[in-house]
Amino acid sequence: MENTAKYKVSLLLLVLALVICFVLNISLGSVSIPFKGTLNAILGRGVAQDSWEYIVWNYRIPKAFTAILVGSGLALSGLLMQTLFRNPLAGPFVLGISSGASLGAALLIMGSALISSLFSYGMVNDVSLAVAASIGSFSVLLVVVVVSYRIKDTMALLIIGLMFGSMTAAIVSVLSYFTDAEKLQQYIYWSFGSVGNLSWSQLLLLLIIILIGIVLSIISIKPLNAFLLGENYAQSLGVNLKRSRYKIIIATGLLAGGITAFAGPIAFIGLAVPHLTRQIFNTTDHKVLVPAVLVYGAILMLICDTIAQLPTSANVLPINAITSIVGAPVVIWLLVRKKKMIF
Amino acid sequence: MNKKITTHTALKVENLSIGYFSKKNTTVIADGINFKLQQGELAAIIGVNGIGKSTLLRTLGNVQAKLSGSIQLDGKGLKSYTPIEMASTISVVLTEPLASKNLTVVELIALGRQPYTNWIGKLSETDKTKIQEAISMVGLQSLKNKKCYELSDGQLQRVMIARALAQDTSIILLDEPTSHLDLHHKVQILKLLKQIAHKTSKTILVTSHEIEMTIQLCDKILIMNKGSHEFGEPGELIQKKSFERLFPSDTVAFDPKTGSFKIKK
Repeated sequence: MENTAKYKVSLLLLVLALVICFVLNISLGSVSIPFKGTLNAILGRGVAQDSWEYIVWNYRIPKAFTAILVGSGLALSGLLMQTLFRNPLAGPFVLGISSGASLGAALLIMGSALISSLFSYGMVNDVSLAVAASIGSFSVLLVVVVVSYRIKDTMALLIIGLMFGSMTAAIVSVLSYFTDAEKLQQYIYWSFGSVGNLSWSQLLLLLIIILIGIVLSIISIKPLNAFLLGENYAQSLGVNLKRSRYKIIIATGLLAGGITAFAGPIAFIGLAVPHLTRQIFNTTDHKVLVPAVLVYGAILMLICDTIAQLPTSANVLPINAITSIVGAPVVIWLLVRKKKMIF
Repeated sequence: MNKKITTHTALKVENLSIGYFSKKNTTVIADGINFKLQQGELAAIIGVNGIGKSTLLRTLGNVQAKLSGSIQLDGKGLKSYTPIEMASTISVVLTEPLASKNLTVVELIALGRQPYTNWIGKLSETDKTKIQEAISMVGLQSLKNKKCYELSDGQLQRVMIARALAQDTSIILLDEPTSHLDLHHKVQILKLLKQIAHKTSKTILVTSHEIEMTIQLCDKILIMNKGSHEFGEPGELIQKKSFERLFPSDTVAFDPKTGSFKIKK
């Protein structure tokens, strides 16, 4: 209660860190642009070379914004899942929601080639890819929700998520066996995850999806806090279980599904960020956690993307590799310090 | 017996039948339950394992639906309450573990104020006062900022009671609040509940296996048996030899003079 001021200061510092990461992310890249040049380009002042302005505005800034949206959204969806499923290990990747999206994408990219007699070829565009991935992730999420009310055991739920991952992998390998190299490559590139290549209009669509997810999460803050006690207690506190669950599930699906659709399956951000945030803020109050994971997720994703683009080199590493390298040790470290792993 | 002069009936149960619905059939766990609790009373539900004590408590707390019969709170049917009205009339302490033990004691108790806070759960001055009152009544001042995973079972049980108190309801239901506790802490919890009931005029109903303790500390007892249930003051029930019928007579025998059970050798 008296901690509100402290939380506000911490949050403000985090936002400041976010701004720094944002500028840093934009100023680094395969084409070396001096820091001052980047700043001038952002602020719309004249720059020494026209190409710099073009690179900053059409490549680096959309990419940085995508990273922010992806990081925030995944972190928030992870937080929602951990509270909803009463499971510290829940996250879009672990519960198989990303696998669902992958399956949707795989079926569209590679499956459409197999049944091309039925559909015209040009149908794999970004919008249809986003729709397919969203449908995939939503279906898996619904199955997980149904299963989670049958089986109260949280471990079983994780194993089911894992099984979804295996099943997806199996179907994908069957599909890839029959598909041509070009389609396979398209799918593999998607599955590497990427925050680049999004146009401003796609970015706007992603922004709208994520904003809806955030609004749904904010109006669910009170039930989310009640869920920390368990569902029966939440009900005894006047929470409408069904309605709150639906709101949270829809928010999760929109966030995880939408992001996976546009940026590919990105590992560990959703799982690790909520835990890191709880460590830093030392609270489980969603009034603090919801804004904090948004900012924290954005920062972590910007950092991962900065590393992935290997400053001064022309190569770009798959972002998924970086988030895994950063995220997996974090999860292990948290598990080792078991007391803190509880959510 | 500590008898309070009250005229106000807080909870009235008539011909209640409890159990579970499933697609194919309904399982009746217990039926024909009748009792009445006055404001400010501490009452206990006792009976052998599996007789339906917890089911009854969960039905009263609206955690699960009743099969038939009527439950009235302050003369009003349970059904006519909205979820929020319900939450400000009955609070519960269940046996299920907390979903998260990463909450601090004060955060957990503050959640009891949810029925009264605004859409985002901001605590008003009244809320803060009520939380403080609950903390001091249960004696948790020194544990206030501890995390729940740092607490012992007895301490955690007191925290849960404080949370129910902060919810500021006229009725508090507790499912086996003394299980997993040692003798000292069992007595401590039951005495605390009695003190709360009498001081704040709240009606408190617990399920318990501590028959000897409930005889000494509770104002009313509901004995659940297969077929028939008996309800009354402990003294009355002893006279009616109700406790003798609770367990098969070849294992334990009830001694009406001391109000305790003796093991048969």
